Amino acid sequence: MTLHTLTLADLALGLERRDFSSVELTQHFLDRIARYDSAANGGLNSFITVTPERALAQAVAADAARSNGTAGLLSGIPLAQKDIFCTQGVKTTCGSKMLDSFISPYNAEVISRCDAAGLVMLGKTNMDEFAMGSSNETSYYGSVKNPWDVTRVPGGSSGGSAAAVAARLAPAASGTDTGGSIRQPAALCNLTGLKPSYGRISRWGMIAFASSLDQAGPMTQTAEDAALLLQVMAGHDAKDSTSIDHPVPDYRASLNDSLQGLRVGLPKQFFGDGLNADTAALIHAAIKEIEKLGATVVEVDLPNSGLSVPAYYVIAPAECSSNLSRFDGVRFGHRCENPKDLEDLYKRSRAEGFGAEVRRRIMIGTYALSAGYYDAYYLQAQRVRRLIKQDFDIAFQHCDVILGPTAPETAFALGAKQEDPIAMYLQDIYTIATNLAGLPGMSIPAGFVSGLPVGLQLIGPYWSESKLLNVAHRYQQVTDWHRQLPTAFA
Amino acid sequence: MTWEIVIGLEVHVQLNTQSKIFSGSSTTFGSEPNTQASLIDLGMPGVLPVLNAEAVRHAVRFGLGIEAEIGRHSVFARKNYFYPDLPKGYQISQMDHPIVGKGHIDITLDDGTVKRVGITRAHLEEDAGKSLHENFSGMTGIDLNRAGTPLLEIVSEPDMRSAKEAVAYAKAIHALIRYLDISDGNMAEGSMRCDCNVSIRKPGQPFGTRREIKNVNSFKFIEKAIQAEVLWQMDELESGRSIVQSTVLYDVAKNETRAMRSKEEANDYRYFPDPDLLPVIIDDATLTEIRASLPELPTAKRARFESELGLSAYDAGVLVASRDLSAYFEATMMAAGGVSAAKAAANWVSGELLAALNRAELEIVDSPVSPEQLGGLILRITDNTISGKIGKHVFAALMAKEGASADEIIATQGLKQETDTGAIEAVIREVIASNAAQVEQYRASDETKQAKLFGFFVGQVMKASRGKANPAAVNDLLKTMLMS
Repeated sequence: MTLHTLTLADLALGLERRDFSSVELTQHFLDRIARYDSAANGGLNSFITVTPERALAQAVAADAARSNGTAGLLSGIPLAQKDIFCTQGVKTTCGSKMLDSFISPYNAEVISRCDAAGLVMLGKTNMDEFAMGSSNETSYYGSVKNPWDVTRVPGGSSGGSAAAVAARLAPAASGTDTGGSIRQPAALCNLTGLKPSYGRISRWGMIAFASSLDQAGPMTQTAEDAALLLQVMAGHDAKDSTSIDHPVPDYRASLNDSLQGLRVGLPKQFFGDGLNADTAALIHAAIKEIEKLGATVVEVDLPNSGLSVPAYYVIAPAECSSNLSRFDGVRFGHRCENPKDLEDLYKRSRAEGFGAEVRRRIMIGTYALSAGYYDAYYLQAQRVRRLIKQDFDIAFQHCDVILGPTAPETAFALGAKQEDPIAMYLQDIYTIATNLAGLPGMSIPAGFVSGLPVGLQLIGPYWSESKLLNVAHRYQQVTDWHRQLPTAFA
Repeated sequence: MTWEIVIGLEVHVQLNTQSKIFSGSSTTFGSEPNTQASLIDLGMPGVLPVLNAEAVRHAVRFGLGIEAEIGRHSVFARKNYFYPDLPKGYQISQMDHPIVGKGHIDITLDDGTVKRVGITRAHLEEDAGKSLHENFSGMTGIDLNRAGTPLLEIVSEPDMRSAKEAVAYAKAIHALIRYLDISDGNMAEGSMRCDCNVSIRKPGQPFGTRREIKNVNSFKFIEKAIQAEVLWQMDELESGRSIVQSTVLYDVAKNETRAMRSKEEANDYRYFPDPDLLPVIIDDATLTEIRASLPELPTAKRARFESELGLSAYDAGVLVASRDLSAYFEATMMAAGGVSAAKAAANWVSGELLAALNRAELEIVDSPVSPEQLGGLILRITDNTISGKIGKHVFAALMAKEGASADEIIATQGLKQETDTGAIEAVIREVIASNAAQVEQYRASDETKQAKLFGFFVGQVMKASRGKANPAAVNDLLKTMLMS
C-alpha cells in the first residue's frame, strides 16, 4: 500500500471517497513508525513518544464523524506534533531530561485546534532541547537521522518532525521556528515548511524558548498541504496576548493566483561568501523558474542582515534565561536526589536537568541582562532588531517577496559541528532575520546536491502567508523536487 | 546637633479584583492551600499571562486619586529571581514605564498642620505565593493561592521626617484606597504591607545610607519598627560605625530590627520588558470615563466639610479619615435635620461615638448605634426635649440596645426635660429648705464666692430632678429664689 506517499490533500480526498478509513490510515503510519523509527534498532529516532492508543481512538472517532457527515476536511488524517506542544495526559518533554517525567495537565492551543479539526496525533517528535539547536543533536533523547542520508543531521530544532515527514512516518507535522527551526530542517529534509507572521498562531501551551521570536507552523510535503494545516492552526487566541486578532484568509483560495508581475527581491547579502556554490546554483535555477512564471527580479539591500545572528544570540538567550527559570525542581520536572538545602536543590536540579547548549544559552542570557551589561547587550540588540525590521520595510517597497537560500549548505554529518557552537549558529544566518522582524518565511524543495536536498527560502511582508503559499504552490506545479522521496523509505 | 530622620515608604496594596492579575483564578483570601492556583499561577510550561483590565482600572483610579500623571503607555517587565513561592522564577512587575507617575498625598500632623508627601510612582505587579515553614517536619510547604494576586506598589518620596509622619502617610494611603474601593486595606490579612526605608543625617547634609524594613503589617508596628531602627542607626553612627545599605526585618517580640541581607548579597533582578505582554495603552476616553467614576476623595470632602458645613479643620480631618466614618457622619447629619445639625453631628460622631466604639473595640461599620438613631437623639437635644447630659445617657442606652430609638428610650425611661417653671420652683424650694446653712452662707458671700456656691445649688436641683430640669430655667429661677 502507498498510503504514506499521499499528501494531506490526497488523503482528505481518499477519506471522503472512503478509499480507506482513518483507522487503516493511522495503523499504516503507526506500523511505519514501528518499522523505521526505533533508535534501538538503528532507526531514525524521530519520535520521542508514540501515542498509538490516543491515535486509534481519534481515528475511530474520525471515522464515526465521517459516517455521520460531521467530519471536517482533514478529519481522520494523521500527523505528528513536535514535543514542544503541551499535550494533555501525554508526556511532553521539549527534548529535555528536565521534563522527562512531565505529563502535561493541559493542551496547547495548537493541539486543541488540531484535535478539533479531527486530525489524528501519531505522537510527539524529537527536537533539540528546548528548541535550542540546528541539528537536533542537543536532544536528551538522542540525535535524529536524516532519511536522505542516515549519517547526517536532519536540521533543527524541529528535526524529528522533519525526519518523520521526509521518511513518510507521518504525512505532515507541526514545528516551531525561533530562528529557523522549521525552515532549516525543512530544507535539509526536502520539505515545505512555513513560519507564519509572529502572532498568527497561538503560543499557548507551546513551551517557550524566546517568547518574542517563537512561532509555530506546518511542515508538509507541499505548499497546498501547508495551506491546509495553517488553516487549522492559525487564528486569534485570547489566552495569548501576543496572538493578533487579524482575519484568517482561506489559504487555499489564492494558491493558483498568477505570478505575472510578481516582484521578486534578491538580497545581495544572501548570496555572499558563506553560501555553498552548488547550493547557490540551485537557488538561482529556482529563481529562473519563478521568473518563467511571470515574476521580475530586483536586487534589494538588507544592509543590517549581518547583524542578525549576533542580535539574535543576545535576545533569544536573554528571553530563554528567564523563560527557563520555572524549571527549578520545585513543582514539576527533574529534581536532584537528596538536596541539602534550597540552593543545592536549584543548582543540582538545573545542572542535571539541562544539557550543555541550554546551560550555555541561559548563561549568555543571564549575562546579557545583568546590571551594567543590559544597555550594551540587550538594548543594543533591540536597536539592531529595529534596524533589521526597517531594512525589510524598505526592501518590501521594491518587491513582493524575497527569495534566497534557506541554509548555507546541505545536511552535514552527525557530530560535525557539535564542538563548534558558532558554526552551528551560522546555520540560521538566512532565517534569523525574519524572526527578528516577525515576518513570515517559508522553505520549499529546490533540488539536490550530491543527493542531499536544498531549500529555497521565501520571505514576505507581515500577513503575506497567502502570497508565499501562492508562489510556492505555482513553483511546485512546474517542479517535482518536493515529490522526491528518500529511496530507503519509499 | 540632633539627627534628622528621613523616611520613604513602599506600600504594597492588594487590589480587590475578582480574579488574579494574569489568570482567571479567584483572589478570595483564606481558601485551602493551592485550591486557587491555575496552570498560569503554577507557572506550568507553556502558559501565558493575560492582563486583567480591572486591575489596570484600579491602578488608574489610584493615580487620579493622588493627582498623578497616568502612564499612557506602560510596560510590564520581568523581575528575575529564584524563590520556591515564585513559580515562574520571575515576578511580572513594572520598571521603566509604570502605570502611575509622580503624584502626592496630604497628611495631617499631630499639631493639625497639613503636609504634602510626594509619591514617586505606583506600579502594577503580581504577588508571590507563601512559603509555610511550620508543620512540615523540617520541610517547607508552598501555597500558591496568593500567587498572581494583583498588587499596586506605591513608592513615596523620602519626605517623612518622623515615625509618626510615616504612620500618618500610611493611614492616608489606607484611607484613599478604601475611598477608591480598590482594596479592602486589611492589614492583618496582608492586603496592605509596608516597606520602610529609613536613614538619618545631620540637618543640611546629604541623605544618609538607608536600610529597608521589609513587610511591616500594622500602623503600630510601622511606628515601633522605625523608632527601633532610628535608635539603632543613631547608636551606630555615634559609636563611629557606618551604616551598610541592607534589608532588615522587624522583630516584634524583641522590638528590634535585624539585617536579612546587605546590598552586596542583593539579587540582580535582570529586569527586561516581558515579551509575553503588550504595552498597556490608556486612551483619553478611558481616562475620562474612570475620572468620572471616582467618588469624592478625602481632600475634597474635607474642604467641603469646612466651607459648606462650617466644621473646624480638626473635626473635618477626623471625619474624613475613612470613607465609612465620613459616610456615617453625613448620614447622621441628615437624620438630625441636615446642614444646620452639622456641628452637633460632628461633635457626637467624633466625640461620644468614636470613644464608645474605641472602648468596645468596634469599627465604625459595626457600630451598634446607627446614624439614624444618633440623628434622632441629636434632634431631641436640639428641640430641648432632653438636655445634653441626658443625651449622653440616652446614647449609652442606644449603645446597650435598650431601645430602638432615642424617642423610645426617653419615653420608657421618663427622661423628658422638665420645662414647667412651677415644678422646677417646687424642687428649688425643697433644695433651699434642706440646705439652710449653705443658703445662709451664699447670701453672706461676695460675688466670686457666690458663683462658686451657685454651682452646688444647680447640682442639687438637677440631682433632685433626676437631670430632667431644663438647665437654663434652673439657672434663672435659682438666682432669684436664693436671694429672696
